[in-house]
Amino acid sequence: VAEATTAKAYGALVRSRVAAQASYRTSFAIDLGSQLLLVVVEFAEVYVVFHQVHSLGGFDFGEVALMYGLAVCAFGLADLVVGHVDRLPYYVRTGTFDAFLLRPLSALGQLVTSDFALRRLGRVASSLVVLVAALSVVDIHWTPARAMLLVVTPLAGGVIFSAVFVATATIGFYVVEGMEFANAFTYGGNYLSSFPFTVFGTAIRRFFTFVIPAAFVAYLPTLALLGRPDPAGLPGWLPWCSPAVALLSAAAAGLAWRAGLRRYVGAGS
Amino acid sequence: VSVIAVGPAVALAGAGFRRWSTYRQAAVAGVFVNTVFGVIKLSILLGVAKSAGGTVAGYDRASLSTYAWVSQGLIAVVMIFAWTELADRVRTGDIAVDLARPVDLQLAWLAADLGRAAWGLLSRALVPIAFGALVFGFHWPTDATALVLLPASIVLAVCVSFAMRFMVNLLAFWLTEIHGIVLLYMLLTGLLGGHLVPVQLFPDWLQTVAYATPFPAMMQSPIDLVTGQATGFDAAREVAAQLAWAVALLLLGRLVLARATRRLVVQGG
Repeated sequence: VAEATTAKAYGALVRSRVAAQASYRTSFAIDLGSQLLLVVVEFAEVYVVFHQVHSLGGFDFGEVALMYGLAVCAFGLADLVVGHVDRLPYYVRTGTFDAFLLRPLSALGQLVTSDFALRRLGRVASSLVVLVAALSVVDIHWTPARAMLLVVTPLAGGVIFSAVFVATATIGFYVVEGMEFANAFTYGGNYLSSFPFTVFGTAIRRFFTFVIPAAFVAYLPTLALLGRPDPAGLPGWLPWCSPAVALLSAAAAGLAWRAGLRRYVGAGS
Repeated sequence: VSVIAVGPAVALAGAGFRRWSTYRQAAVAGVFVNTVFGVIKLSILLGVAKSAGGTVAGYDRASLSTYAWVSQGLIAVVMIFAWTELADRVRTGDIAVDLARPVDLQLAWLAADLGRAAWGLLSRALVPIAFGALVFGFHWPTDATALVLLPASIVLAVCVSFAMRFMVNLLAFWLTEIHGIVLLYMLLTGLLGGHLVPVQLFPDWLQTVAYATPFPAMMQSPIDLVTGQATGFDAAREVAAQLAWAVALLLLGRLVLARATRRLVVQGG
């Protein structure tokens, strides 16, 4: 019964955010359009690169477009659900976060539902267009396992990016002005996960595989879909592990959030 | 037309510098993020050069590294990311106070922005460029004309960027929410300004589009003077184009401001 009440409370919160956005139609239309164009502009980088060369790090245009589509879809989903948690320092400074702590809902749940920017669906929608186009030109030997992997990958990637968002937002509990650090891992992770990891140096590759698991968002699943071994010599089963990595990341982010919250003493506002 | 005296302009620039220099933690975080993105961007570009057989569109490894680090360094100087300070003042009505001051609104904000840019250069540009030069190599500019014009080119890049941001922010007089417009503007600056990929790598049609806009004058032009893409007469021509854009856009901004303030009187009564 308590759970049903909680679910109803969150439902009411999300509905109020959606209603608020629907009341400014022109602004919402422009926002949605910008999100669609975001993908066009970002993808233009891939297009420009392949205007110059036929392969990048051993992968052709279609294969890199597939990585790009998977990465952007995952990032778009994460951004939609938790992308605004980096506003934590603002909520701390203004005292809003203290109000969260007084209410009978989890602080993280309230932070997450404090904004639900539907415009971000624009990015997910246009990433699906890139994904479908890439799949139509890439040579994949389809098996049931690969089809399943394709469906699960954007969701697993969404969970991984969400975990990175939440874990790095806890920086806001320790330093008030340092939130920008998080961008290196969230937006930086998004940027690099759209490209083949073969172009990166060993340190960067390892960090974004084993510490921030951005490699599991698009690059490694693409290897599994194409049936290609990892040129850097990672074992052949690892590219199939994105869902497990997503669960681990979510657990780690939960621990980081709790540790940060325990240390939180407020800003005295 | 009221102009601004040298004394107040210098004082405003100094205030802009001091105001931004209080955010030290943010500057450290910013340097870290710029550096991470620089490594990712350069890795991708070096991957392109490798596939192309060593050089691409006249860029070798050293000049690609120079491009990547100067473009990262200029982010905070030119301010190519979201800036909505003026729009926020329009929304809250504080702009009325600004308009009542005995200085020219546009030139006063420009002076403060140049002060901000000076702090950005010291705090956020030099470290990533030094890091990149030490770790990845650097093409030191040798052309005398380009070297002499470089400081002017950077100042003009800030002026062009400011003139554009000023107008984008003034749209707040007509639209309640300019979030989407600002995002769109950032995307166009990033792509057409040559921040993501050098403009020289674009296909011809996209280069034509880019050079028909003021965006390359904010980013690509000063970078070209350092990488040696523009030397001698070409360098002088690029800086002349920057000057023309700066003057034209600042004048256009004054027209937009005049229209906007007429609207303010109607609304504010």
